[in-house]
Amino acid sequence: MVATILSVANATKRFGGLVAVNNLSFEVTQNEVMGIIGPNGSGKTTMMNLISGALRLSEGSISLQGRYISTLKANQINQRGIARTFQLVRVLPGLSVTENCMAGMVFGHRRLWGDEARYEAGKLIDRVGLSGQEHIAVGSLTYIDQKRLELARALASSPKLLLLDEWLAGLNPTELQEGIELIRSLREEGITIILVEHVMDAIRSLCDRCIVMAAGSKIAEGAPGEVLADPEVVKVYIGEDI
Amino acid sequence: MSHGSDIKSLVWGAVLLLLAACVPLVANGYWMSIALTIAMFTVLATSWALFSGPTHYISLATAAFFGVGGYLVGTGMSDYNMGFWTMVVIAPVVGAVLAFLIGIATLRLSGVYFVIFTLGLAEMIRTLVSWIQNNFTGSRGLYVLTDLTEADIYIYLVILAAVVYLAGWWVNRSRIGFALRIIGNDEMVARHVGINTATSKVILFTFSGFIAALVGALIAPRYTYIEPNGVFSPEISFIVVIMALLGGTGRLWGPIVGVIPFALLQEFINANYSSYSTLVMGVAFLVIVYFLPKGVVGRIEQALATRRKSTW
Repeated sequence: MVATILSVANATKRFGGLVAVNNLSFEVTQNEVMGIIGPNGSGKTTMMNLISGALRLSEGSISLQGRYISTLKANQINQRGIARTFQLVRVLPGLSVTENCMAGMVFGHRRLWGDEARYEAGKLIDRVGLSGQEHIAVGSLTYIDQKRLELARALASSPKLLLLDEWLAGLNPTELQEGIELIRSLREEGITIILVEHVMDAIRSLCDRCIVMAAGSKIAEGAPGEVLADPEVVKVYIGEDI
Repeated sequence: MSHGSDIKSLVWGAVLLLLAACVPLVANGYWMSIALTIAMFTVLATSWALFSGPTHYISLATAAFFGVGGYLVGTGMSDYNMGFWTMVVIAPVVGAVLAFLIGIATLRLSGVYFVIFTLGLAEMIRTLVSWIQNNFTGSRGLYVLTDLTEADIYIYLVILAAVVYLAGWWVNRSRIGFALRIIGNDEMVARHVGINTATSKVILFTFSGFIAALVGALIAPRYTYIEPNGVFSPEISFIVVIMALLGGTGRLWGPIVGVIPFALLQEFINANYSSYSTLVMGVAFLVIVYFLPKGVVGRIEQALATRRKSTW
């Protein structure tokens, strides 16, 4: 049997009268890359925020390797082994490239410090393709390089589960190819990933499985090819045949 | 930062503090008094910057802690016949507890809300203490009579400054210092890399409250007569902020670079144009915001960096 990493059961999130996530259940197994897709406003990012602890569930439960995490705070969830990137890239402009990367491995799932952390950060900076840029001010990095840096920070904790929230959004076609290659290499290393994405090429080539959300609910689940051919999914994305 | 430069900065700090400790040997009464003011604001501004520098949480509550220190020494000695040194031990503990409570209460506040809350709270404490003083404890007034000279107090404050610098040096090298810098950059990210932001912030805020109350207690004998409205004056909070920002909070030794010129300037203004001292404070604020957003030290480092670049 394949080990379940994350299990979400009947997750519901309400903001006042608005139900952003409605009774959503799914599981993610070890070494799997799972995509969450759906039109704008369907609750994908809210779901990510619920998993990472940025938001609290209204109902339902989330567990990581069988341990209940839905009442933990974001910092505790990170310590248990979930790391994330943000929809709008969030680097730390007052810190150096190396320090940005170190930030991910000092307080969380891994607790390195000093020269060891610096050494590991150097390896990760190489890993995401930022070597040679260590001395550039973080704010002056190009958009994709800021995204690489954010990814390095998330990887720094050597997470059990990595959440990528539209990590490929806003990249130009060349950068997009580089970005997909980078995530594919993570996949080959066996990192378990949930990715929220609008780029269908990426979903097709990277995901083992994906779920489709519309108006907070899950409307389809399965291999990307099947799901994207599902008439219901086509309908929520581009509307009905006239 | 390598260990070599860490040790070097420790040695430099020790040498400068020893030099500072020699001031009473050469200074006359007038300059001793100015040196005492500088020592007092150095400790206040440096410990303020330990918390507010990396986190960018501008606290205007310094006067509350400083005032608690001074007031407790006054009321303890006048109303309860306690010894000066007993009160010097009690006052910072009370200051730390107060800072801890304020820290807990303001956890969810950021930006201007935090600034206003700390100012309001400090004012509330000032009013409360005045009210207690007027209605319950003291028609006698709060006298702090000791045989300590200004030079004695100065030496105590230099020692305290050494303690604060050492603590700051340690914080900057430790995980908690790194955590505070991440919090100052993006608190959301800080939480998501595993930092317990509440604990980190409250620890440092409590430490700065402890130190400010200790300064207030140690310096009380200088004033002889403690008046709540004086020791709790919000001006103290503002001056501490101005001095620290003028010097720059990016480095441990930044605040003192602002404290010395500003204290001298204030002394000059008070001696010659005393009615303009508030105006000077306002102008200083504008100068900092417009021309020195990272302080004198930040400006110097910027200049050095550009020069390095151009020589390459």
